This record gives sequence, structure tokens and C-alpha cells, in this order.
Amino acid sequence: MKRIALILLPYSWLVALFLVPFLIVIKISLSDIALAIPPYTPNLDLSAGWQGFKDFISQLDFDNFVFLTTDDLYWKAYLSSLRIAVVSTLITLLVAYPIAYGMARAPEEWRPTLMMLVILPFWSSFLIRVYSWKAILANEGLLNQLLIAIGVIDEPLLILNTPTAVYIGIVYTYLPFMVLPLYSTLEKLDASLLEAAEDLGCTRFQAFWLVTFPLSRNGIIAGCFLVFIPVMGEFVIPALLGGSQTLMIGKVLWEEFFSNRDWPVASAVAVILLALLVIPIVLFQRNEEKQREAEG
Amino acid sequence: MADTTPMPHEGIFAPWDDPDAVPLIRFRNVTKRFGDFTAIDDLTLDIYEREFFALLGPSGCGKTTMMRMLAGFETPTEGVIEIGGRDMARVPPNQRPVNMMFQSYALFPHLSVYDNIAFGLKRSDMPKDQIADRVAEMLRLTRLEKFAKRKPHMISGGQRQRVALARSLAKAPKLLLLDEPLGALDKKLREETQFELMDIQEKTGTTFVIVTHDQEEAMTVATRVAVMDAGRIEQVDTPPAIYEGPKTVYVADFIGDVNLIEGTATKTGEHAYDVAYAAGRDPIKVSECMAEVADGSAVTFAIRPEKLLVTRERPEDRPNALEGTIIDIGYLGNLSTYHVELPGGQMVKATMTNASRISRRDFTWEDKVWVSFRASAGVVLTE
Ligand SMILES: Nc1ncnc2c1ncn2[C@@H]1O[C@H](COP(=O)(O)OP(=O)(O)OP(=O)(O)O)[C@@H](O)[C@H]1O
Ligand SMILES: [Mg+2]
Repeated sequence: MKRIALILLPYSWLVALFLVPFLIVIKISLSDIALAIPPYTPNLDLSAGWQGFKDFISQLDFDNFVFLTTDDLYWKAYLSSLRIAVVSTLITLLVAYPIAYGMARAPEEWRPTLMMLVILPFWSSFLIRVYSWKAILANEGLLNQLLIAIGVIDEPLLILNTPTAVYIGIVYTYLPFMVLPLYSTLEKLDASLLEAAEDLGCTRFQAFWLVTFPLSRNGIIAGCFLVFIPVMGEFVIPALLGGSQTLMIGKVLWEEFFSNRDWPVASAVAVILLALLVIPIVLFQRNEEKQREAEG
Repeated sequence: MADTTPMPHEGIFAPWDDPDAVPLIRFRNVTKRFGDFTAIDDLTLDIYEREFFALLGPSGCGKTTMMRMLAGFETPTEGVIEIGGRDMARVPPNQRPVNMMFQSYALFPHLSVYDNIAFGLKRSDMPKDQIADRVAEMLRLTRLEKFAKRKPHMISGGQRQRVALARSLAKAPKLLLLDEPLGALDKKLREETQFELMDIQEKTGTTFVIVTHDQEEAMTVATRVAVMDAGRIEQVDTPPAIYEGPKTVYVADFIGDVNLIEGTATKTGEHAYDVAYAAGRDPIKVSECMAEVADGSAVTFAIRPEKLLVTRERPEDRPNALEGTIIDIGYLGNLSTYHVELPGGQMVKATMTNASRISRRDFTWEDKVWVSFRASAGVVLTE
């Protein structure tokens, strides 16, 4: 009985916070746009009983999903998001790995401080931090001023409102999500394994490549998913830093919702995005489970 | 691969007695400090090629630290370590002719047993097909054939230890460092592996340095045994020499069982002393004492329990006989241990083989007995 209650608790959270809203979104995606509040029909009229429910169901259709295939904006946005998510995940991994490695090799008494520094950005608003990148990357921004002052360039670099700015923003924002899982696997790594590898004839680099790297695989996988999944639906960073050039599905969704006030199409976009993300999410869960098994 | 160089002194392997022999390993005044803690204290030691050198000592005395310095994971704070005549100070671990079996095994968790053993071979220039043969040989030697495909977390502790052993043996290094290689094995497998190790050593001419907590193991396998204490080497000798001729009380006490009787020495002749241990008792007569002891100095007389004879009557043929009372008898099957209290409270322990069945045993608790021994049976220690 107690065990059932224990299991029920997280599941009821899931149902209340994920499943119910998701069902509502699916319902809206199957509805039609209307000039009303809320801006779609049909609405379920419970007072009409069973007949009302049947009428309600009969009015739902897949028109919005069909619409998404007629305009190439949508699939281009999905593809572009996918590409940006993949590329920025890889860049984040390349930047985060040395950081995590350095942290794990640092003297023990330093590690909590280093950890703090990685988490520190979370103390200020995400929006403010992305906004301040505008001030850094703008044509008259800090970066260009600095580069011109030290004479590296004559003309300001055009970074803001380009995909480059989006990549910078994403890598900056999601770096901690990559560093932390990497650090936690690297820190657990037994230093005597590296000694054993060297003892058996490896150079330092070979020892890293043959021992450290494969043994940090779980951290790499976890970190990549933690970055890839949210970046896929990212809206704020491309909206603030990417200008009109950067096409991302999160931005399309926002525009459908707030500019066009087309809730049904926006919902259809969201449903497909989620369907696409189910694959990596399931893979991520599987990886976590395997890791837990291996350690348990 | 067999080494055909003739041994010094025909038939007896004792390069340490040969002034011309060149040691493979030389520690010269090596000190290792961790912060202000001295783990190895001004240690000087030679180990010769083809030796099976055992390090014995209590936990924390610096055995692993010595091994790690040989393997190249620690650098001496002071002093020089030479291997094969070459100063090792600037030689990284992967370029030393040394393999180490780690006390913690340090098996690669992401690799199978097979790949763990093959790891070092793959880093060498050995051709692929030979690697497979060599690994198969190692698996056979350590009886791990059935587990070749398993990962380290899927085998038992003893099996892991054997994988670690096989991995360090695979490259047939010039010098093999084994840090407690057999601790997790059961008695039978341990004895078999000991003989395997000695066999490997015979065949390959590899020099072994082995750390062990098991004295019997050290006695069985080693050409020489070093007894360490707190970063210093107390004594280095062959197993019989260290057992029969300990130089300090510490060594006598550390290796095997011993009775220690404190007293005052008086010289009575060439290599002969009397040790007075209690007022009003005959002194213990000691012959064949190699150490020079000043008259009247405080000494400890050390004698092994098996050198003592317990009898009801005073034996005529033995120069030393002490009278006492049996306090306790420990029955070990093949042996019995008698704890005898001498007048004045000194306890001595005597072991005797149970030549006759227990029902016909001569003595029992509280019996008055004589404990006797020859003049050459014990040693006089000054430290
Ligand atoms: N990296 C280190 N930093 C500080 N002290 C150390 C370090 N390595 C070893 N020591 C200390 O040096 C001493 C000798 O350690 P060592 O590991 O050589 O002992 P040992 O003889 O192998 O003991 P055991 O039989 O328990 O394995 C110990 O007191 C240990 O605490
Ligand atoms: Mg040790």
C-alpha cells in the first residue's frame, strides 16, 4: 500500500503537469481558429451530455497538420533547429570537456569553488544574461570596441543578428548543463587507472584517449542530451541574438501564437516538435538507467 | 627467452654475496616525503637480477611507496634510484622496463578481461597474432579462460586479482612489481599461484619485487626478504637467515613467533655469552653469537618456540633448562603450543609436534615442567 502511494506520487505529478497540458495542446491542434476567447473552436460543452461530446469530436480534424506540410517554412524551421541543436551541442561539448577535466583534476579543496563558479550564472536572470550578449556582440559593442582598440580589426565584425551570435548565446547558456555531468563522471575516475595505463606503455595522451575518454562516455551522452533537447525548442536566444536570419522552430511557434494568434497551428507545431524530441528523450532515459545499473 | 648467464657460486643463487655482481636496482639514500611526513627514510638497497625480493612490514611502513617510486609514479625527494645502471629520475613510467600489479588492481572497467590483459601488448610492437597467443597463455596460467569476455565488474574479487596479475605478467617485463598479488586468493590457489610465479621467474629470468603481508608466502617464494618499519629497512636477508638470525628485536618479533627474554650479557668465551635474566637463577648460556656485546649491557635473548623442549624431568644433555608451570595448552592438530610461566612471571611459548596421540599426552595444566634448549638455539639482540 505504502509502495503504491510512493509510486503514485510522482506519476500524479506527471499526469497533472505533463499529460493533461499535453492533451489540451493536442486538442487545440485538432481545432479550428476562431475569433473568440479562447481563439479556437470547438469547445467541449459538458452540459450537452453524450451528444455534445460526439458533436465536439466530430468537429476535430487534422487540417492544421496538413497545413504545416503545405508551407515549406515549417519543415525548414525544423531542419534548421535540428542543425543548430546538433552543431551547438558539439561545440558545447568541445568547450565543456576541458573545463570539466580541469575541475576534476584540480586539488580537492578547490573543487567546490570551481563548481560554484560554473553554477554562478544561474543566480541572475537568463533573459538579462542573453540580453547583455547583445551589448557585447553589437557593432558598437564591447567585443568590437576591444578588438579595434588593440588593433586586431579596423571594421567592426558583424556578429549580432547572425547565426554566429545564436551559437555563442547557446553555448554560453547551456555550458553548465554539459560541464556538470562531465565533471561528475570525470571526478569519479580512479587515478590509478591512468597510472596502470602508463605503466603498460601508454603516453599521457594515449592514456587519456584509451581510458579517460571511454570512461566518461556516460557523462558525454548525458550532457549532450541535456543540451540538445532544450536547444531544439529554444526561442529566446534566436529571438534576441539571431535577428531575422535565424530560423528556429521555437521562434516560429512564438510567432504563430502571439503575432498570428493562430493557436491551433502553433499547437500543431508544438506537437510535432515534441514527437521529434521523444526519440532523444527516450534514448537519454535509457542511458541514465543503464548507468544506474552499472553502478548499482 | 631463458637467461643462460651462469650463476655465481655454482648451484647457489646468491649474487648479494658476490662483490662483483652488479645490482639491477639500486636505491641510494632515497628519502620520500609527503609534505612533512617521511614515508621512506634514507633507504639504501640493492636488488639483483633474477631475484624474488619480498618486502614485509606493517601497514603504512612505505612498501607501496617504494614500489611506486620504482614504477615511476613518485619521484624520490632525495637520493637516486637506478634500474639497470640508469638513473630513473627523468624516465617516465611508460618508458621503464617495469610493470606493476596494483594493490587496488586498477583494472579497466570498460574493457573485457581479455582486453585488459592485451592492453599492454597492444601498446608494444608485438604482432597481432602473437598478442592473441600471449593473452591465451596468460588466461590459461591464471585459469581465467572462461571469463575472457567478461567485464571486471562481472567477476569475483579473486578473479579480478588474477586478471591484474595476468595483465602485469603479459609483457614479460625485466622487473615485475607485485603489490600484494595473492591476498584475495584461497589457500590452495594461492599456493599454486606462488609456484606458478616461481616457475615464471625461473623460465623468464624476470626480477620480482613482491609486497606481502603473509610471512609464509615471503618465506616460500623469496630469495631475500626485507623487513621494513616506518620507512626504514630493518634487515635484508635470505628467509632462513632472517628467521634464524634476526638482527633486531623488531625483526625477530615481526617474523614468526618468538620468546623474548630480557637480561644482562657477560662474555664467557669466543662468541659465547651468559645472559642473566632473573636474580637467583642460572644464566642462559649462549654460543655461536656473531654480534659483539659489551659486558654488562642490557640485551634481549630471543628464541623460537619450536627450539624449546618441554619435559617433566630436567634433561641431562641440554645446557639451558628453565623450570616453570604450564598455564595453557593450545592444540593445533599437528602441533601443540605450551605456555609456560617461569618464576618471576615471564611467559615462554614452546611448540612441539604431537608425535603421540592426545590421550597419552604427558602433561596438563598446572604441571611443573622443564623448558630446555641448546646453547646455539637462540640469539642475543642488543637493539
Ligand atoms: N600521496 C600521499 N600523500 C601523503 N601521504 C602518503 C601518500 N602516499 C602514501 N602516504 C603515506 O606514506 C606512508 C606509507 O604508505 P604506503 O602506501 O607505502 O604503505 P604500505 O606499506 O604500502 O601499507 P599497506 O601495507 O597498508 O599497503 C603511509 O603512512 C601513507 O599514509
Ligand atoms: Mg601498500
